[in-house]
Amino acid sequence: MDLYLPIANLSVNALVIVLLGGGVGLLSGMFGVGGGFLTTPLLIIYGIPPTVAAASSASQVTGASVSGVFAHFHRGGVDTKMGGVLVAGGIVGSFAGAWIFQLLRASGQIDTVIGVVYVLMLGSIGTMMARESIAAIGVARGRRPVRPRKRRHHPLVAALPLRTRFYASGLYISPLAPLLLGFFTGILTILLGIGGGFILVPAMIYLLGMATSVVVGTSLFQTLFVTAVATMVHATTTKAVDIVLAGLLLIGSVIGAQLGARFASRVKPEYLRLALAIMVLLVGLRILLGLVWRPEEIFTVELT
Amino acid sequence: MRRWLPLAALLLMGQAPKPVLVPDVSQRDIEIAYSFTGAELLLFGAILYPGGRLPKGEAPTDIVVVVKGPTQPVLVREKEKVAGIWVNAQHQRYSSVPSFYALASSRPVDRIVDERTRAIYELGLDSLQLSPGSNAVTAVEHRFQRGLVDLKRRAGLYLEAPHAVGITDGVLYRARLTIPARVPVGRFTAETFLIRDGRVLAAAVRDIDIRKSGFERFVARAAERHGIYYGLAAVVLSVALGWGAGWIARRI
Repeated sequence: MDLYLPIANLSVNALVIVLLGGGVGLLSGMFGVGGGFLTTPLLIIYGIPPTVAAASSASQVTGASVSGVFAHFHRGGVDTKMGGVLVAGGIVGSFAGAWIFQLLRASGQIDTVIGVVYVLMLGSIGTMMARESIAAIGVARGRRPVRPRKRRHHPLVAALPLRTRFYASGLYISPLAPLLLGFFTGILTILLGIGGGFILVPAMIYLLGMATSVVVGTSLFQTLFVTAVATMVHATTTKAVDIVLAGLLLIGSVIGAQLGARFASRVKPEYLRLALAIMVLLVGLRILLGLVWRPEEIFTVELT
Repeated sequence: MRRWLPLAALLLMGQAPKPVLVPDVSQRDIEIAYSFTGAELLLFGAILYPGGRLPKGEAPTDIVVVVKGPTQPVLVREKEKVAGIWVNAQHQRYSSVPSFYALASSRPVDRIVDERTRAIYELGLDSLQLSPGSNAVTAVEHRFQRGLVDLKRRAGLYLEAPHAVGITDGVLYRARLTIPARVPVGRFTAETFLIRDGRVLAAAVRDIDIRKSGFERFVARAAERHGIYYGLAAVVLSVALGWGAGWIARRI
């Protein structure tokens, strides 16, 4: 079923876009990642102009995280205080991101920078998660003795001043740590067109040492607000948000997100983390190949 | 420019009597609605010879039809391998690149007219006048132009269709061209050239307006003029859909 997209200026198969949204929504409900790191590249491969893809997938991530946030709120999985601090950092970060985006775009290096940042981020986070989850699976199977965890959070985090209590997360740390974390995620949201969940989730576990039961819900909470701001930034500056494209993606992803959230509660979290780690590494590898292999198109055209 | 060129050509040739072209297109207005997947244009017309038909003893004429989209300024970048990864290196600006270019002719256009005439009338993908913005070395500029045209051709936006024009009894011609869905809106032109012995005998232009209609037009306008409300609508839509799905899921 062909449908014309009024902003992207081309017609697409509506069913393909809905299914793409559905697949991404499933992951978002399961892992607490927004899924933007999959939607944007897949839309570009389908032939949607990159700016429209990034701008419209931001609003798709908003929708997917709303249903996720409700699902997690329902079982007390959201730390609103922590979430609020992250959102505040994220909003400032998204404006900083918009500024960096303009600079890089003018110099023509935006695509390379996006690629390199993706590879570094995905590579390091994927490796870290894979090692941790494999160790956890080993422990769960009784192959190795349970090592007592010495540190709850990273020493750098502990060194920051102005400590306060985050009850739901079971933490007594400085709000500056999540504020900075939110800020960097906000930059990435604009720059890479992603929700930032796949960076936020591991950072919350390994850097802040948050209670794992609230990690996914709180990450989605932050994603919800920051992607909404990102959509507004795109709608007023690049004017590249295609509401028809976003609607199609949303229909698929909100359904997928519900199914994903139900599925997640039945699977052991170690296996879930390992699966996410493998996926993150694969996407990183694909982007790395894109950078070093001779590209199909040597020339690119940009309207001025 | 495009309007007076054929006229000037007619005046310059100044040998009466000349054949006259009466061209038409099947659609003067193309409306883009939700199910738009491209449009098929029929370009047809008659060649009016002074005697009512092809004069005896004269070589048969050729017809070339060119459909052009609105021109756009573009920036072309070229990737180069630097320190193991491919990055954008050199770039070149062009100030008048047609967003769409389709040429249909009764014979391959390089056998109908010489290179100079092709350049004057922009006949053929090798003869487009793209107005490069800098005085780069000709070889470099040619490389960029070839890259640009090649990209556009593979995107289906530039095409040449030799033998696509059929001429009946030397006086009626017709050609079918497809305009793909991913063209920008605006005023397109359909130029028809009557050519004999490498010279353009007559030329005529018809305009085709492509515009969005109904809902598509409303959305495009809202995005352009009311960015804040449009953005809010997108956010509200996504929150409502997400919330709705959650509400339903809790009740199943």
